[in-house]
Amino acid sequence: MMDIPYTVAPRLDTGLYNAKVGIWLFLASEVMLFGALFSTYILLRVGAPEEFWPHGWLNIPLGTANTLVLITSSITTVMAWASCKMNQFGRFKVFHACTLLLALIFVGIKSYEYRDKFSHYEITLKDGRLADGHLLESKPDHVVIHGRFVADRKELFDLRAPGASHQQEEITLPRAEIKKLENYGPWHNTYLAIYFTLTGLHALHVIGGAIVIGFLWGPGSRLWRRDPERFTNRIEVSGLFWHFVDLVWIFLFPVLYLL
Amino acid sequence: MLAASHTAIHPPLHAPAHEEGGFWSKYVFSTDHKVIGLQYGMTALCFLLFGFILMLIMRWQIAHPGQPVPLVGPLLASILGDTAAKGTISPDLYNSFGAMHGTIMVFLAIVPLAFGAFGNYLVPLQIGAPDMAFPRVNMASYQFYVIGGVIMLVSFFIPGGAAQAGWTSYPPLAEAIPTDGQTFWLIGMVFLISSSLLGAVNFIATVIQLRAPGMTWMRLPFFVWAQFVTGFLLLLAFPPLEAAGIMQLMDKVAHTSFFLPTGLAVGGQLAQASGGGSPLLWQHLFWFLAHPEVYVLILPAMGIVAEIIANNTRKPLWGYKSLVYSALSVGFLSFIVWAHHMYLTGMGTRISTFFQTTTMIISIPSVIILTCMLISLWGGSIRFTTPMLFVMAFLPMFGIGGLTGLPLGLNVSDIHLHDTYYVIAHFHYIVAPGTIFALFAGIYYWYPKVTGRMMNDFWGKVHFWSSLIFMNLIFQPMFAQGMAGMLRRMPDGGANYSEARVPEALGGLSPGIMGMHTYILWAAVALGIAQIPFIINFFWGINHGRAVDSDNPWEATTLEWQTPTPPPHGNFATPPVVHRGPYEYSVPGQERDFTPQNELLPEMKTA
Repeated sequence: MMDIPYTVAPRLDTGLYNAKVGIWLFLASEVMLFGALFSTYILLRVGAPEEFWPHGWLNIPLGTANTLVLITSSITTVMAWASCKMNQFGRFKVFHACTLLLALIFVGIKSYEYRDKFSHYEITLKDGRLADGHLLESKPDHVVIHGRFVADRKELFDLRAPGASHQQEEITLPRAEIKKLENYGPWHNTYLAIYFTLTGLHALHVIGGAIVIGFLWGPGSRLWRRDPERFTNRIEVSGLFWHFVDLVWIFLFPVLYLL
Repeated sequence: MLAASHTAIHPPLHAPAHEEGGFWSKYVFSTDHKVIGLQYGMTALCFLLFGFILMLIMRWQIAHPGQPVPLVGPLLASILGDTAAKGTISPDLYNSFGAMHGTIMVFLAIVPLAFGAFGNYLVPLQIGAPDMAFPRVNMASYQFYVIGGVIMLVSFFIPGGAAQAGWTSYPPLAEAIPTDGQTFWLIGMVFLISSSLLGAVNFIATVIQLRAPGMTWMRLPFFVWAQFVTGFLLLLAFPPLEAAGIMQLMDKVAHTSFFLPTGLAVGGQLAQASGGGSPLLWQHLFWFLAHPEVYVLILPAMGIVAEIIANNTRKPLWGYKSLVYSALSVGFLSFIVWAHHMYLTGMGTRISTFFQTTTMIISIPSVIILTCMLISLWGGSIRFTTPMLFVMAFLPMFGIGGLTGLPLGLNVSDIHLHDTYYVIAHFHYIVAPGTIFALFAGIYYWYPKVTGRMMNDFWGKVHFWSSLIFMNLIFQPMFAQGMAGMLRRMPDGGANYSEARVPEALGGLSPGIMGMHTYILWAAVALGIAQIPFIINFFWGINHGRAVDSDNPWEATTLEWQTPTPPPHGNFATPPVVHRGPYEYSVPGQERDFTPQNELLPEMKTA
């Protein structure tokens, strides 16, 4: 009977313990996963007519806030690991509590942004006009939106120009006049499709990472008393994953919000 | 040495408690790499048989379109209903069987058998490790595989049946078929891919971290190298398909248009989709996985072949280092050849020249591997055991498969051969008498280590000779059919394009070409019958085979033979220390013609 070696102490010739090799390999596969999705973004965008690729559809201040939230959470993750290394379990608890709180804030802001898209409608009227705006009220015989009429569908795609979408008003539209009513979900166009897929998969990674860190912060932290070195390794490995999730967002933010 | 100190710290008191768990923890939720390897093996063999039966039904339909299938026809009619009315195979059902035959054989049978079963059982043993680096991840990997397999099987019984768009699932076709089979296929694939990823991480980490003291990289058996490279292929090539699968699932479920172009018409009407997507994108992402996947299928088989050749020729492998570097080159190059599956998509000549060039380059390391194995036979006193026979057949069969691939890699000749039976013959020569023969060889070879008993040699030879003959009778005519222009994936076997049906057409399929369908059908049936001796031999041998007289019945050098039989939980009685390379056979001046990797020679003891 032999035990599996190098579960805690590093192997001399590689300088690594098993889980650290494992997480780096896993992250390599994650790079390929997100790499394929970023490649998809490039291919879809290159293939789309320039005037029909959306610009300025996402809220840049909110995206910036979320970027800062994630970067800060990466810092608290490192500090949590360093606290374990310095044998300060109390400080570890504080730092990782911050990480969890920041993860919650990130997911909250993201949900708000999603909700904004799902309540945003493009409405084609039977007389050929286009109305676009956020749904305020939906009744069997009419809908009320806060938005505007546009003459040309192209006007909906570039919202970067100053005042592009300013003249918004409350518009009541009888159902009888509506030909097609579609919200800004992933089905709306390929930009939103890749936006929801990329950020959705990323959000799942954030939630998954938060569950693991939450476990290590709560019930999993009992391991600290029995085997502090092993516990610290777990904090390091989960932290590496967290940094990767952060890094993905660092790419997502400019690609989807700014370009 | 650390391993030794571990044993000293933990007295083996708690070990039996782990070993003697109940039935569930011992056989179902086991974390022991050997049990997981056997679980993978048994499940994959069942899928192999199932995929084969699907193919037999399809061959009947091709040879006798529209006629009720004998024996299983009434059963199909009662289970599947209208698509198999009166025991005949409708085109929809034929398409389902075709798609699922490919999916099951590749993702549920061969890869789990070659990588999951052989890799799991043997890699830790061959590197002198007590288990995989992450035993619980290993268990999860098997469970994900089972879930994926169950989803695939269930999809046969949903309304509309299983996926129908081929194992390649090209959109827009895959998305335009109005049944849910494709959705099941995609969800099943996400589980299978996740399973492979967990397995790949585990294998690579195990080889990097758990090699026994003295087991340097260049002392690894070639089988371990092959599995190591395979692990990297699965790790890096599968995620893009997972991404593509997620996107096709989004297209099916959330009605996005990742793969649906603007202006797509389905059934004469404009599709209800925003458009703007790219069908080519799927093909790129799919083949970015599926070409490396070809080497996932073949590399572990080459590993098995190398082990058995060295053991049965009683001499070292010729060009061990060339084999290792070739395997690494194949692994790297396999990532940059994928678009040779897409010559007919209208890509520019520069792009196709690039992929044609890389395709020709990748044949160099492949040929080096095969040549090394062939030269290894030279001057050896070959023992013609059953595993060795399968291996000897592997070499020319894989050679035929490889050489017939060259015309497909050159885009000028591919234009004629693309999507014909020639392609089917080519890759089946690689996978069926190639990989599957190597897997059979592996089963015969390592069976005594797993069970402590030998499989019957006579029936093994019957299995070998009949399989070899019928395999060739099945696939050889397909080269001719393909060159005559017979397309694959036609439920009537090309009857609509035959001279008999349209005598006035130029280049119709001649009666000779069409008539081969009948020969192929009966050869396939005979191949099925030829597997019966194997199946009986396999199960009978567990309790009734000739018991081995030592732990090392083949007199092999690698570490898996230096364990108790069968290896206990934790594998080695004492932690092994490796002193030499893997193939020290017939070393001059030695008493015996093999020197195990961990054997302490007398002169070493005195020194």
